[in-house]
Amino acid sequence: MFGYYLDLAVRSFRRNRVLTALMVLALALGIGATITTLTILRLLSGDPLPQKSAQLFYPQLDPSPMDGYVAGQTKPPAIMTWPDAMNLLRAHRARYQAAMAPLQARIVPQRANQPPYFADGVMTTADFFPMFDVPFQYGGGWTAGDDDSHAAVAVISGALNQRLFGGENSVGKTLRIEDHDFRIIGVLKPWSPQPMFYSVAQSGRNYGDGTSIFLPLQTARANLMSPSGDIECYAAITDIQHLETAPCEWLAVWVQLDTPAAVADYKRFLDGYVHQQIALGRLKRPDNSLLSLMGVLREQQVVPDDVRLQVYLAFGFLLICVVNTVGLLLAKCLRRSGEIGVRRALGATRRAVFAQFMVEAGIVGMAGGVLGLVFAELGLWAIRHQPAQYASLAHLDIGMFAFTFVVALTASLIAGLLPAWRACLLAPAPQLKAS
Amino acid sequence: MELRPIFATLRKHRIPAILIVLEIALACAVLCNAVFMISLRVGQMHLPNAIDERGISLITVNGADPKLAGSDIPRDLAALRGIAGVTAAAASNTVPLSTNNIGWSFGTSPDTTLSTQHTLNMSMYFVGEGADQALGLKLLQGRFFTNDEYADSKLGSGVLPGIHVAVLTKNAADRMWPGQSALGKTFYSKPNFYQVIGVVANVMRPWVGDEEHAYNAVYFPLAPDGMTSGYIVRSAPEDRERILQQAEQILQKLNPSAVVKGRTFTDIRNRFFADTNSMAWMLALVCVVMLAVTAFGIVGLTSFWVAQRRRQIGVRRAVGATRGDILRYFQTENFLLAGLGIVLGMALAYGFNLFLMRHYELPRLPGIYLPAGALALWVIGQLAVLGPALRASNVPPVVATRAA
Repeated sequence: MFGYYLDLAVRSFRRNRVLTALMVLALALGIGATITTLTILRLLSGDPLPQKSAQLFYPQLDPSPMDGYVAGQTKPPAIMTWPDAMNLLRAHRARYQAAMAPLQARIVPQRANQPPYFADGVMTTADFFPMFDVPFQYGGGWTAGDDDSHAAVAVISGALNQRLFGGENSVGKTLRIEDHDFRIIGVLKPWSPQPMFYSVAQSGRNYGDGTSIFLPLQTARANLMSPSGDIECYAAITDIQHLETAPCEWLAVWVQLDTPAAVADYKRFLDGYVHQQIALGRLKRPDNSLLSLMGVLREQQVVPDDVRLQVYLAFGFLLICVVNTVGLLLAKCLRRSGEIGVRRALGATRRAVFAQFMVEAGIVGMAGGVLGLVFAELGLWAIRHQPAQYASLAHLDIGMFAFTFVVALTASLIAGLLPAWRACLLAPAPQLKAS
Repeated sequence: MELRPIFATLRKHRIPAILIVLEIALACAVLCNAVFMISLRVGQMHLPNAIDERGISLITVNGADPKLAGSDIPRDLAALRGIAGVTAAAASNTVPLSTNNIGWSFGTSPDTTLSTQHTLNMSMYFVGEGADQALGLKLLQGRFFTNDEYADSKLGSGVLPGIHVAVLTKNAADRMWPGQSALGKTFYSKPNFYQVIGVVANVMRPWVGDEEHAYNAVYFPLAPDGMTSGYIVRSAPEDRERILQQAEQILQKLNPSAVVKGRTFTDIRNRFFADTNSMAWMLALVCVVMLAVTAFGIVGLTSFWVAQRRRQIGVRRAVGATRGDILRYFQTENFLLAGLGIVLGMALAYGFNLFLMRHYELPRLPGIYLPAGALALWVIGQLAVLGPALRASNVPPVVATRAA
């Protein structure tokens, strides 16, 4: 029967070429807009470290004075002071713990006549690499001992290794960063969480190629490298160079906690730490929090409002397109009342007529889906040529590809329901008489 | 025009009529909100900015030894001023819209500290001699800094300069001392204090969050310092590209180990508003396509019921209706349907706006958008119905006599 319906559908499309083309086009535009915006939303709200994100947590506490504090309403700042970060690290209450701050590192190429340039870096502590499952191509990360001894070592990304050393094993070679020599001890495989969650509180949403230089925090600071991210001060400062003693927040601390019990334990430890520091007179405010990785991304509003608005708008547009398709399908099928009358008179059941029109709607949907895919690709192509940071990542993946057809088919079948129902309700006799 | 027959036919074609109404309602709701969002963004991009935007460029020199800034910066400036076509050059830590922002909170009471409530957060511009000419700042009251004030002002290892003079933007001055002249007044951030010696026309901040705070900025004089690693170069607009290239080459040669990068202000502005701009275009595109789809839907449905009512039209023509009568009939019908859709659409638009206000801090939809949206949809409805209505008016009276 399906083949017969298909045949009928194709015949009817041929009879109303313009109307059919309009339906397909409208549906395709709606689907194209929806899939484009959803792809971007999914890209931006994605999990940067799927295999590990559930175990990664972000402690926050508040070093500000009591002035302006409202109990229960004041949120702790997103970043931490040096003393608090170091105290949490030294306590070793989590499986892994690391402090970090983003850095713009000036690299002076050894080859002559090449101008120096800035590379995105991060200064951090030894646990960074095992905690975030950072994959190494050559060598490895540094140790806690290297941190304490201010070792001049560096880990670089595969891309930087390609740029500076043509991709060969550069472990043991020297790299000149900010006028200091660092010995390369590790080269990463391609690794670029999207967004770069570990510095999201300091430098905002950050997409793209990822960090290219990793330096030990204490070594970098001993060489007076300044963090390039946000620095928030809560009291007058006299010396911005020595951030370790300044009343400013500038570090992010991440910890790995493997079980819910470990999370609860760590939260208790954090509460205890804050109360102890209040007793010591260093901290004033009791508020603290321990957010999960995805919680931090939500808190930091990594997905821009505009992207959500675009999705709503696209769905509104798709709805208009579906209503439009309902109207056109209805017009088409009511115009064929004569044909339906004949079929009904010759013994076709209501169900058969209904099925026939649903098949027709489905075909419109599939055609709309295919064309919609073209529009979505076009939309994403346009987005890739925008200056946004995430632009280069805007690609249709297999999931979205399949989802396009689900949306198209669902939209068209919903659109087809009303016309098909009206068609199958037609009584055979009056239609025969009229024609 | 007699409306009763229209209502009678519409009651017979309830579903297509409801569909047209629904389509217009949805289009109206989306259109009003989308156009409003476009206008917000366009407004943002056209906020006034009292500097010579078309004439200036910024060249940053990052990574030079800050200890040598005292000799490097005058040398670099002399080289820049030597380039043909440069009318002014000065050192600065940042320029408007560059996203390179240092904000600090100040208050009017001597015991104001950083964490005090009721302070004003201002973006700080640290500028060297000649910056007022290089930027094209417009002085409204008082004066700009003297050579001595530039020379005596140092940051040291702190954040705020040692000298006690500052120039505020008009907005910052008005916020700090509402209804009074700011000239000669003092503002504080313990232990520092600054006397306002001048007020300039509103200049945007390096990073603009929302429009309300777009202009809160303060100018401090500063002797050559590692902080003032950017050079503002002013010239005729058409010379900018050439000067920028020359300046980059010269400065790179003078500072071989530093990273030298130049951009015109137009470039800086475009980059700052890139997202806003593309959102506005995307909204505009959605509006146009949506209206087209709506119009095609109306054409399709009206064509259908014109075809269905050929006999009825023929009868009307046979009993004396003119072509104009038939044309008007369909146009009135569409006017009524669109009207119904618009009423529904306004309620939807308002609801959608309420949702956006609650979740996305959007302002309330101004009333003017509703009649404007209504008018747009009425016009589109009338245009869409014109074709099928003309075809209907061409139905010859003789159709009435034929069996349908």
